[in-house]
Amino acid sequence: MRAMTSVRGQVHLWVAQRVTAMLLAVAVTVHLVTIILAVRGGLTAADILGRLRGHEGWLAFYAVFALAAGLHGAIGLRNIAAEMLGWRGRGFDLAWLGIGLLTAAFGIRAAWGLYAA
Amino acid sequence: MRAQAPSPVGPAAPRRPGGLRARPHPTYLAFLVHRVSGLLLALFLPLHFWALSRAIEGEAALEGFLRWADTPLVKAGEWLLVVLLAAHLAGGLRVLALEFLGWRRRQKDMVAVTAGFALACGLLFLLNLL
Repeated sequence: MRAMTSVRGQVHLWVAQRVTAMLLAVAVTVHLVTIILAVRGGLTAADILGRLRGHEGWLAFYAVFALAAGLHGAIGLRNIAAEMLGWRGRGFDLAWLGIGLLTAAFGIRAAWGLYAA
Repeated sequence: MRAQAPSPVGPAAPRRPGGLRARPHPTYLAFLVHRVSGLLLALFLPLHFWALSRAIEGEAALEGFLRWADTPLVKAGEWLLVVLLAAHLAGGLRVLALEFLGWRRRQKDMVAVTAGFALACGLLFLLNLL
């Protein structure tokens, strides 16, 4: 039963890694284009806030982006730690999930800051 | 025939005729780039969110951070991050295409395209920065 739960957990993490990867494929493409265009002529707070302040569309985009990036990064770190350090098991998986959600919350807070500034 | 003693540093890379050591397969290099770029990007993510959250304290705080970051060393770091992000994106798309679309053919060419994409993004970033 415990082994089955573990296998199910692994499948959930694999699916989460792939779903977030698909979301990130779109979000990172938009982000790269934005970065490359935004640095032209120098980056200023006025430029960034002019684009993001009060725009619900960008807020939603960056909230989804932060959630996907936080989870994707944490699952990736979990895979590396499991392979290289032998950190395996439900306790570690839950800890990585917590780290991913915390990172995502930190990102969503930053996106809100840029929206409401 | 006498058995050869194992190497203390692990199995040696196979040798090609003429005594040249075989180079790692491009897909193995792609795996390494994907792993290292993912690791560095995941570690950078909280720092990036912290920097952006300066906006919570107002436009002046964000502007102050951006001016602090206006140094050649930080710009070089930003360039590296753009290349890592582009490499991780393109490498990830190759893996997704392999897993979900079964694109198994011409993997060496696919790896070359992902490397070209990452370097092109880095070049575009530099051209716009300068």
